[in-house]
Amino acid sequence: MKRLPARAGALPLRLQLGTLVLALLAIVCTIGSLLSPDPAEIVDPRAAALLPPASQRWIVTLRDGTRLAAEAVRRDEDRWTILRRGGDQSLPASEVAGLELRQFWLGTDTLGRDVLARLVHGGRISLTVGVFSLLAALLLGIGVGMASGWLGGWVDSVLMRLVDGLMAVPMLFLLLLLAAVFRPSLGTLVGVLAFSSWMGVARLTRGQVLSLKQREFVLGARAIGASSWRIAWHHLLPNAVTPLSQDAVLRLGDLILAEASLSFLGLGVQPPVPSWGNMVAEGQTLLVEAWWLTFIPGLAVAVTVVAAALVADGMQEIARRLDAGR
Amino acid sequence: MLRWLLRRIGAGLVMVWLVATATFALVSAAPGDITQRLNDVRTPPAARERWRRDFGLDRPWGVRYISWLGDAVTGDLGYSWLHHRKVAGVLAQAIPNTILLAGLGLLLEIAGGITLAVVQLRRPHGKGDRAITLLSLTAYALPPFVVGLGLLYLLAFRFPLFPPSHMLSVAGETQHGLPRLLDLLHHLVLPVVAIGIAGMGGVARYLRGSLLDEKGQQYVLAARARGASERRALISHALPNALLPLITMVGMSLPFLVSGSLVIEVVFSWPGMGQTMYDAALARDVPLLLGGTVLATIAVVAGNLLADLAYAIADPRVRL
Repeated sequence: MKRLPARAGALPLRLQLGTLVLALLAIVCTIGSLLSPDPAEIVDPRAAALLPPASQRWIVTLRDGTRLAAEAVRRDEDRWTILRRGGDQSLPASEVAGLELRQFWLGTDTLGRDVLARLVHGGRISLTVGVFSLLAALLLGIGVGMASGWLGGWVDSVLMRLVDGLMAVPMLFLLLLLAAVFRPSLGTLVGVLAFSSWMGVARLTRGQVLSLKQREFVLGARAIGASSWRIAWHHLLPNAVTPLSQDAVLRLGDLILAEASLSFLGLGVQPPVPSWGNMVAEGQTLLVEAWWLTFIPGLAVAVTVVAAALVADGMQEIARRLDAGR
Repeated sequence: MLRWLLRRIGAGLVMVWLVATATFALVSAAPGDITQRLNDVRTPPAARERWRRDFGLDRPWGVRYISWLGDAVTGDLGYSWLHHRKVAGVLAQAIPNTILLAGLGLLLEIAGGITLAVVQLRRPHGKGDRAITLLSLTAYALPPFVVGLGLLYLLAFRFPLFPPSHMLSVAGETQHGLPRLLDLLHHLVLPVVAIGIAGMGGVARYLRGSLLDEKGQQYVLAARARGASERRALISHALPNALLPLITMVGMSLPFLVSGSLVIEVVFSWPGMGQTMYDAALARDVPLLLGGTVLATIAVVAGNLLADLAYAIADPRVRL
């Protein structure tokens, strides 16, 4: 394998940009979900619901634990006057336990939950489901592809018929069927998505193995008595990594899209656990009144998929340059 | 040629049978059945047993499989539990609607994709090329339901130019002839555009690559040398060859004509296959799910076959 030129800026801009965005998303969704408020927290369903993005409210906590969202607060003597839902409300100072100003950067949903917090937590769920289903698909696909390409013969024909057969089922129908049959939970969702996606990995791996099999270094390894396992693990797999990883990045985007579609249809991640797909589903009933509930999570999916496609493009570009330099 | 065709058809039939069997196995292996959907604590167990018998669920799965397969071969796909009609009837009603929507969507997708790619390659790596690359990347990455909802928001609610859902308006249902057609077209605009936008990006991205490769070929240079304009060399010489791989892509999307764009149909309440299968999945309507899957698989197999045939006709280098 050739080393990349070490010169700065040799990496395509697309690759840098895409990687940066994906890394940021991963960081925000993991660390951010620890820092952000509880996504299920309902502060004041009456006065803090459907706030547009970049709203702020005073949160007045009363002695009995009730929290009221107010547009403005004023203290005169021993009373608090709060402006809540356009009307003044007066509270004795002894009842008020605390006061804080809270920013709702991306607004709130119909129950008054913070959209930003839900977006970050939903992103964590969506990305986790995407990554784990990708890993499962890679594991199964590479295993089957290796077995098929390396062993050949009837194993190859049986496995490839299976792959052809599964590929012949329209993907969303298959997902629909699986999701309907296995009641949705995060585990089954990962399984279902992986099951719908591993065939492409298997085909790609098989093709790689078939072409690598003929190369001198594999023959050489065999000649000095390396076991099949050793050849597969040390000689075939490392050489198939480039096309496989490029495919994997694109596949991650597709899986995130598929998860979003399933969750949108109510067959993926189930509320109250937020995911980008089910946030859109919950938002679409209020499309006109509260556009942000639909389009912010939708945009989040798009940004992720664009970033993945940019990374894949960039990797392809590097592979092309290496080919040209050979 | 004939032998090839017969072999392919035979293999296709085996494939359909395999998928049907696998689907059947999957559905019958799954825990729970329709009687659980009629879940009511007050239902006595005896009644539930009787319902299971009514739906034929008390027989061993082997018997159910043989009887279902036997009927399916003769074209009888069984009885839909949800619609209380023959599955074939339910599918026959949904398919034309889906073919109409998905067909127009596919046309728009391909036409739009080709246009974008050709415009991009008038000046490759120029500003316009980059802008369109970014645009088609975004279109590819936007989830289809977001595209659909965006169109709904803009063109059905903010600026109510088009109806938001269904195939016909209440008035249109009772009309005939031209007014009915116009009403239908009016309802078609948004879902067709949604499918077109969602798919256009992928086609443009794909075609740009192959068109760029063709453009670097000697014969394009030769055409330029003979005095063909840049535009003519691109459109009349490079494009037809770049379109060859697109045939496979279109063949691959033939099943889409039958299975439809599920999400778009759900967003726009379009009474097609996607919507029907979605409802069937929610209701665990096993006969309908099985029938729809088998039909869609037939479409996939037929689509692949047609794509290979079309490829052989379009590209004289390919022999079957």
